[in-house]
Amino acid sequence: MTQLLSGRDVARQIGERFPDAVAASDENAVLLNSEALLEAAGFLKEDLGFDYLTSITAIDYPEYFELVYHLTSIKRNQGLVLKTRCDKGDAHVEVPSVVSLWQGADLQEREIYDLFGISFKGHPNLKRIFLWDGFQGHPLRKDFVLDVPGGGLKGSRKE
Amino acid sequence: MTLDTQPVMINIGPQHPSTHGVFRMRATLDGEVIVDLEPVFGYLHRGIEKLAEHKTYLQNMPFTDRLDYLASMSNNFAYALAVERLAGIKVPERAEYIRVIMAELMRIASHLMAVGFLLNDMGAFMTPVLYMWREREKILDLFEMVCGQRLTYNYIRFGGVSHDLPDEFIPAAQRFIDEMPHFIDEYDRLLAENEVLLARTRGVGVLSAEQAVNASTSGPVLRASGVGWDLRKANPYSIYDRFKFDIVTGTNGDVYDRYRVRIGEMQQSVRIVKQALGQIPQGEVRTKVSPKLCPPKGEAYAAIEAPKGELGFYLVSDGSPKPYRFKVRAPSLINLTVLRDLVVGWKVADLIVIFGSIDICMGEVDR
Repeated sequence: MTQLLSGRDVARQIGERFPDAVAASDENAVLLNSEALLEAAGFLKEDLGFDYLTSITAIDYPEYFELVYHLTSIKRNQGLVLKTRCDKGDAHVEVPSVVSLWQGADLQEREIYDLFGISFKGHPNLKRIFLWDGFQGHPLRKDFVLDVPGGGLKGSRKE
Repeated sequence: MTLDTQPVMINIGPQHPSTHGVFRMRATLDGEVIVDLEPVFGYLHRGIEKLAEHKTYLQNMPFTDRLDYLASMSNNFAYALAVERLAGIKVPERAEYIRVIMAELMRIASHLMAVGFLLNDMGAFMTPVLYMWREREKILDLFEMVCGQRLTYNYIRFGGVSHDLPDEFIPAAQRFIDEMPHFIDEYDRLLAENEVLLARTRGVGVLSAEQAVNASTSGPVLRASGVGWDLRKANPYSIYDRFKFDIVTGTNGDVYDRYRVRIGEMQQSVRIVKQALGQIPQGEVRTKVSPKLCPPKGEAYAAIEAPKGELGFYLVSDGSPKPYRFKVRAPSLINLTVLRDLVVGWKVADLIVIFGSIDICMGEVDR
């Protein structure tokens, strides 16, 4: 069984190394300050053995964007959920890219850039992946309204 | 005498028999050798993740069929696991067995396609693939027996499966499982020592174990590089801890190993189905779940070892009947991360083979 590490324990270990990195933590996840994401992720990869980045996701909450990183250590069969947030207020939403640590982030970060409009600082090839360059907006943001010919989706969410 | 030459950029696809769907590769060539390659996605982007936010959890089940449409059962399975984890739904024993049988039959069907088309790409046009299809047809017949569908099953549901197995299913599946090892050996005899196949695949498109892990590849691509990581063993979901089977790994991480791993996994799947058919108990096949299911606020990630790799669903619920966020961790897309590194330095004809050996499904890449 993959042992899911307690966010609190890992947060303590990160905090010993980078005192300002952790914003919050609970049993399930560690929430990092986005400026410290790259250093803390490097620490998790090198010192705690998280060699495999399972997935990256973004979620559009009313006040902020949240990025969720599912990390796995293949050697130790452990899992960890890492989160970071970025403000929606700025026109340019940016977080550090982790491609330099895990190549597997490459296409996933491009996908988030395309569909959420979140930029990844340091990504080697940050451009739209599914949609074409002239496409207006970012479809997975909640303010992007689905406009379906013929009057919308039956039973769609009423905002 | 030396000639002054310039690299040439060519497009392979989006409409090309070897791209396995609508996929474009922008290749820069020096003579016939690839010096750079950029995959171009999006021709099949349907916005499933956005649409899913406007549908109830149950209405989203048929969408999952349309991700990797060559392995729809596995998609249903992974999504059902994620929703069950989110809402805390229990699954009856018999349904767990049915799910495992379906998922493993699906793996055989998907690997048959992968192996058959790999040889197709190598120039053995249609002959091997028709052998593989002969057996895949039988699996599709079994699926048709249980749910009436041959491609998009929508069979595995929250809390179980939609119908119990019909009476004729178990004898038919037993018959198939008894004869399948013979067919797998037959393919192996025809192909594994075929000189053309060896020449075209041995040492071609080598992926090192370090890079395979670092680039988040999964499934046969990862295991062919010698990393024994299989979610059925590493993190047994459903009832996989009850079956005896081995993780098949390669040593060199080349196209040949990826082919061998798929052949080996078919044999292991046969083993699992055989055990499951022997142990399956009688009983309920579905816990009652309201069609207007409202999972409590929270989030859940559930992943399975799908034929193409780790297929995960990440769901966020805000307590309403519709998911707040519906994310698919698509193995086909993430396995393509390494495509450029694998093909640079090889010839165009090898590109087709290397790409085929990754085994992708565009419905899952673009979503």
